[in-house]
Amino acid sequence: MEINGVPQDDSSTYANNKKAIYAKDEDGSVKIVGSSGWSAEEIVTKQALEDFLEHELEAYCEVKRGLKSPLYYHMYSIRMDLQLLADSTGFFKWSVKRDFKPEVFAKISEKRLSIYAEVMGIDTKQLKVVQEKNYECN
Amino acid sequence: MSVTEFEHRHSAHCESGVISSMLRHYGLDLSEPMVFGVASALTFAYLPFIKMGGMPLIAYRSMPKSIIKNIQKNLGVKMHLETFSNKEKGEKRLDNLLSEGKIVGAQTSVYWLPYFPEEMRFHFNAHNLLIYAKEENIYKVSDPVFETPQECDRTSLTKARFTKGVLAPKGLLYYPTYVPQEIILEPIIVKSIKKVAKSMLKTPVPIAGLKGIKYLARSIRKLEQKDKRYAKLFLGHIVRMQEEIGTGGAGFRYLYASFLEESSRLFDSDETLLQASEMLLKVGDEFRVFALMVAKAIKSKKEIEYDVIATKLEYIAEEERAVYLKLLEFCAKY
Repeated sequence: MEINGVPQDDSSTYANNKKAIYAKDEDGSVKIVGSSGWSAEEIVTKQALEDFLEHELEAYCEVKRGLKSPLYYHMYSIRMDLQLLADSTGFFKWSVKRDFKPEVFAKISEKRLSIYAEVMGIDTKQLKVVQEKNYECN
Repeated sequence: MSVTEFEHRHSAHCESGVISSMLRHYGLDLSEPMVFGVASALTFAYLPFIKMGGMPLIAYRSMPKSIIKNIQKNLGVKMHLETFSNKEKGEKRLDNLLSEGKIVGAQTSVYWLPYFPEEMRFHFNAHNLLIYAKEENIYKVSDPVFETPQECDRTSLTKARFTKGVLAPKGLLYYPTYVPQEIILEPIIVKSIKKVAKSMLKTPVPIAGLKGIKYLARSIRKLEQKDKRYAKLFLGHIVRMQEEIGTGGAGFRYLYASFLEESSRLFDSDETLLQASEMLLKVGDEFRVFALMVAKAIKSKKEIEYDVIATKLEYIAEEERAVYLKLLEFCAKY
């Protein structure tokens, strides 16, 4: 790629930052050019973000319906999944899954709750509830 | 080791960027592409059995930390690496090193770094950055993939250093204890190029090198039978690994082309090396066309032509083969 071919697509995913791309200058040297974004990359980044958001909204509705505990929602809201949450807490996967059940989560020990809160970067009070969203579950 | 005022420089890739800045700070001025090149960091690997976020590992460069390892082996730099059993020890050690006037490399998760754009914050654990000062509870961070120096509060940095999961950083800190001030690069360049060319051409396992690229192409063909939503996510994931994760464009191919071009100057503008650089730039362009094809397929409501996309990738593998053969031609001369 030549320097003037480096995309400057102002991708929202870059949030006004520039990314270093190597490209060929007129003198033949291959050097860094700041790129403000590339539409193809923006599409795939946003695809991943939308996937997380879909999981988050599905989880939100399942919590509202009383099928899942708030923990399940918060996991997706910080872009984690079961595997990562289990790895991060050091808890067995099956035991994390159990905590997705509202009735189990309601009786969770303070200690266990605080470990979840710590790795998820939120406080224990927040973790126990799910804030109302402007979203219609069907 | 001589020490200069710390200077932040924008890089494509976190690990080679950190090492380049670090060596320059201690008196050995090597560009990012040169560090990447002499560490033989270019590769390809597709490991469907290692999953991150439900997606298989696809790598266009060698394993995390391999650049730190290889510059020691190849350049005679000595690095000290430390991981920590608990956060308090890890925090304290960092503060002590900074108060000794050292600049310190660290492995972190991307997700917990507050200066990352919201839409780029994913749970990726093998990010590298450099901490060069501390004021109150704020660390001055030279994150190579950012244009300018950043700041990070203590709580966030600790969280980022001690995340768990795949490639958990365990608070890793590193800094050089010995940096040679002069290096005869030519023989190291030949050796490291040879290593990359051979491993890309000849790796016996089907998951790595050019065989790995073809294996990925076959997996794309098989997406035909899979759930369409998964198929699209899988395709998008390939391009994210190729472009989004600080690769300098086209899965490090442009960065390596820059290394080849810079190296040619050390060999009296060696024609073979220059040609290889040109060819690799073209391969990079093809990878970018591949990325565009995928992006279009994801957006389109029409049926995805998996076979066309897979064929493109196979074509790229063949074009790349010619680059490595050219590089072996160069190595044979020296």
